[in-house]
Formats: sequence, structure tokens, C-alpha cells
Amino acid sequence: MKKISIKPLAAAFAVCALALFNQAAVAQDATLKIDEPWVRATVPNQHATGVFMRLTSSAAGRLVAVESDAAKHVEVHEMAMQDNVMKMRQVPGIDLPAGQAVELKPGGYHVMLIDLARQITPGDHIALTLVVEDAKQQQRRVPVDAIARPLNASAAPAADHAHKK
Amino acid sequence: MHSPFLHAPAGAAHDHAPDPRRRLLLSSLALLALTGCGPDAPKLHGMDLSGMPTGDFQLQDTSGQERRLADYRGHPVMLFFGFTQCPDICPTALTRAIEIKGLLGADADKLRILFITVDPERDTPEILRAYTQAFDPGFIGLRGTAEQTRAAAQSFKVFYQKVPTGSSYTMDHTALTYLIDAKGTLRAALRHQQTAEECAQDLRTLL
Repeated sequence: MKKISIKPLAAAFAVCALALFNQAAVAQDATLKIDEPWVRATVPNQHATGVFMRLTSSAAGRLVAVESDAAKHVEVHEMAMQDNVMKMRQVPGIDLPAGQAVELKPGGYHVMLIDLARQITPGDHIALTLVVEDAKQQQRRVPVDAIARPLNASAAPAADHAHKK
Repeated sequence: MHSPFLHAPAGAAHDHAPDPRRRLLLSSLALLALTGCGPDAPKLHGMDLSGMPTGDFQLQDTSGQERRLADYRGHPVMLFFGFTQCPDICPTALTRAIEIKGLLGADADKLRILFITVDPERDTPEILRAYTQAFDPGFIGLRGTAEQTRAAAQSFKVFYQKVPTGSSYTMDHTALTYLIDAKGTLRAALRHQQTAEECAQDLRTLL
């Protein structure tokens, strides 16, 4: 065999690149603080659930997408109460003003996992990737590990929520 | 924990004659008492629906038993319309119901908590049973055909509609919890923003 296969080389290069990329991602995570990421556990055959967390970006940015292997579809949703009717809508992204905590919490924004790969039980770890854009529209990917809380995990009192009129 | 409400219900800022049996701990909460009731009417945190026609339903519980509201006569009822794929309103309302039961102590044993799905298409009896049981073994999940669901919602003036999202659909729905007394009469609706303590006070006042 005279032909030199470049596959192993490519693979090795990819591994290096990935390692570098990961280091870069970790280094960049310093600009995005993620507090208390959690996901609501599900019952068997439940297709969907919500993920919540608090995001604080040191520089102005925008959360543009969320990815996860835990579900076929991952969407960012906003909930609003209008005349005692709950309305939930998909949003294209969430602005992250510099230095300001943005809550993804019951009653407001949440990440929706739709068509779950399996049941989520309390204590499970769900891996997600946040795709965040900076002011120059440079995207970076930030990994998140959300812990599953029981289905009846008490949310913050609803009265604290700002409601859109 | 009492948080200030961000918007009082429309027309709620009228002064009532002071009620000698005032149960309210915080005078600011008096703002939430509704108008349209006599000077002796109890002040509620929720919406007083006394005198409004009581709704009814014809649905099945998760064991397949046909159920109507009259089946729960003799028990005060808390009734909520929702769906199991709901990311936060429904779990929050059901979790609050558990807290309300805790606050009512021994009185809570008589209470019946009903969860009617507005999404019978996805909420099979199995999912509905597992879901309600996950909160409290005593909670009762009810479902019906699309027509029965519509009739039940209409009779309680509950709004719901299917809304497509990127990959599937969600349900907009009224997030009020209806209180029906042991005689089977509609008395009030608890707002989603009310704390468990405020709901428990309303239940003590009415039931």
C-alpha cells in the first residue's frame, strides 16, 4: 500500500482543533455566567418539558439558539399572561444586556425540549449547548449541564413575574 | 411571601366599607377585593363568581369512569384546565394546589382537585394519570373527546386554542383555578398570580 491515507491525519487534526476550540469556548465562558440551570422532570411518554436558568453576559449579546441531544427539537419560548390566558410563543432569540441577569424561569422565557428522546427523572443531567452571538454577530457555543428537578418543583412565586399587558 | 401585584384587576380599586370580619393581613391586599358585591361580601384575592352560572362537564377520569361535576357533590372542588406538555403554568398551578392543601390542614381531605386537559390529542389517559399522580395521588385527571373538551371549557368560559410552534404545537389557555363549593355552586376563580396562602385564605372564606 503506497497510498498514504490522510484519514488518521485528518482525525488527529480534528481532535487538536476540537481541543483548541473547547479551550477557546471555556475561555469565552468567562463572559457568560450561567446560574442554576435546571430542567423539569417528566412522566413516562411526556413529549416535552422546559429548561430554566439565569444568564448574565458581561458583554452585550444574544442567545440565538439552544441545542441538545435530549430532544428532537429545542426552541426558545416566551410565556405571557394576558387576561388570565397563558400564551406561549417561540422567540427568535433573547437579548442579553451587558452585566444584566436575564432569567429563564417559569412565567417568562424558557427553553422548550420537544419530542424528548427519553423520560427525564429527577437528578438526571441534561447536556445543552447555548449558541450566543456577540455584538459583532460572532457566534460561540457554551455548554450547559441542567439538573432535573421533580415535576412538582416549586417555581418562584408567580406574583413576582412581570406580566405583559 | 406576599409580593405586590403588578396590576390589580380592572375595577378593583374601589373602596369597600370596612368589613368587621376582616381576615386580610395586609391592608394593601384589600385592593384586590372585587367590586360588585355587597358590603358584607367577603373580600377575596381571587375573582368572586358568586351568582354566575356554574359550568359542568361530561368527561372520563383516567380509569375510564364517566364523570360530571355532580359526582363530586359534597366536596369543595378546585378545577383547572391545562395540558401535560405545559412547561410551567400547569406544573406551577398544580404545585400550588399541593401547597394549598398543606395550608388547609385537615380541611384539605374533603377537597377534590380536578385537572381537565385541553389537549386530549396528546394527553392520553396513561400520560394524564402519570402526570396528575406525579403531583399528588389524590389529584383527578379528566379528559374527553375534542367536542366534550370544548363543551366543558365553554361552560366554564375557559378559552383555549392550539398554536403551532416551530416543530409542534402548544396550547394557549385560561390559567384560572375555579372554586366550586360542596353544594356544587361556582364561587370564585383563583388567579394564577395568587400565592398559595392567598388561595388558602379564599378557600377558607368561601368553603
